[in-house]
Amino acid sequence: MSLWEYANPKKFMQTSERLLPYVAVLTAVCLLVGISWGFFFTPDDFRMGSSVKIIYIHVPSAMMAINAWVMMLVTSLIWLVRRHHVSALAAKAAAPVGVTMTLIALVTGAIWGEPMWGTYWAWDPRLTSFLILFLFYLGYMALWQAIDNPDTAADLTSVLCLVGSVFALLSRYAVNFWNQGLHQGASLSLDKEEHVSDVFFFPLLICLAGFVLLFVLLVLIRARTEIRLRRLQAIEMRERMG
Amino acid sequence: MIRLLMRDLKLAVRAGGGFGLGLAFFLIVTVLVPFGVGPGGALLARIAPGILWVGALLACLLSLDRIFQLDFEDGSLDLLATAPIPMEGVVAIKALAHWLTTGLPLTLAAPLFGIFLNLPGQGYLWIVVSLGLGTPALSMIGTFGAALSVGLKRGGLLLSLLVLPLYVPTLIFGTETARRGAEGLASSTPALMLAGITLGTLALLPFAAAAAIRINLR
Repeated sequence: MSLWEYANPKKFMQTSERLLPYVAVLTAVCLLVGISWGFFFTPDDFRMGSSVKIIYIHVPSAMMAINAWVMMLVTSLIWLVRRHHVSALAAKAAAPVGVTMTLIALVTGAIWGEPMWGTYWAWDPRLTSFLILFLFYLGYMALWQAIDNPDTAADLTSVLCLVGSVFALLSRYAVNFWNQGLHQGASLSLDKEEHVSDVFFFPLLICLAGFVLLFVLLVLIRARTEIRLRRLQAIEMRERMG
Repeated sequence: MIRLLMRDLKLAVRAGGGFGLGLAFFLIVTVLVPFGVGPGGALLARIAPGILWVGALLACLLSLDRIFQLDFEDGSLDLLATAPIPMEGVVAIKALAHWLTTGLPLTLAAPLFGIFLNLPGQGYLWIVVSLGLGTPALSMIGTFGAALSVGLKRGGLLLSLLVLPLYVPTLIFGTETARRGAEGLASSTPALMLAGITLGTLALLPFAAAAAIRINLR
């Protein structure tokens, strides 16, 4: 039993089919509990009022926006090294989810920023690097769209993902150098005692879990669709040949 | 490899287009900006380094799709791939040729165009230094983008979408160097970072670009 068994599309389809309902139910439970707890059963912040509650959407989506790119980076590497098609298709499936998460993070941030900072947009390092991440996602997806041959597309997008990751990191630090920030520091980290009061923290944790599950769920569904599409194309080719 | 360089340079100069076009575009951008923001000297002086950098970057972008496209269409890229020189070398030479025909003229023309934008006195040296340090990185990154999109029909637009996000760090450190220089501040830190980016891209991106070319020719 090893992880590489799932590189076999058949095995992947079987296992993911069995997993999907559980993941779907867990996602729904986590999101429902986390968001309704966060929205209705936490006190208003003494300074920010109820606008603080957008944190339950903003922080998880921002986290998944970055994690989705990291996942694409890992699956791209696996594709380039071991040539497992499922891996390349998973990267392709993750990109639209990641770009949506980035967009949600940007939009919720703008909605929160208007009453709090008095502006929808500021050229703050965190905001700017998210905008750049958004552009990277667009370029990556456009490259997938533009190439007809699936293997060539997988190869080229993987190369772009590797190079893009290096430049995305570079941009992150270049942007820090370029402008001072308005955005608060990390709201969650493992090495500090406490950033957010426990009252807000536990529902946030559940929301984070919900968003992770939502991402897994969407990527599984999209990857399964891609595999079916690939099979369909193979069948069509065979019919035309025969 | 030197022959390949000479061939590319000759083609760029004789076939027209790429060589003069980039410069002309750069001139137009710098001339249009004062119409857009008004002729006030103080404002122009403040934004001059940034405008010169953005203009140079766009002019650079304009000629990128010519790097591999013509060679791909007439088959010489296939010949180069089977030639006894490594693909990485071919890519590096292509980037060098692009820089010599685009980046270098832009760097030399920038102080002249700086006059239009009321660039402060000490800025002239720094705009040349920053563009001289930064444009090789622009050419190399652009060559990588061109290698990715060489076989595509709608390559041009896609190329800009792929390359522009990659240009962000270079642009930030480049304008920062030029701006600090123009305002008389110490600008060696961003200049060193810019040089670091250029050297890093020159060292690593030929491999990525060569890999992309090989995939595209497969």
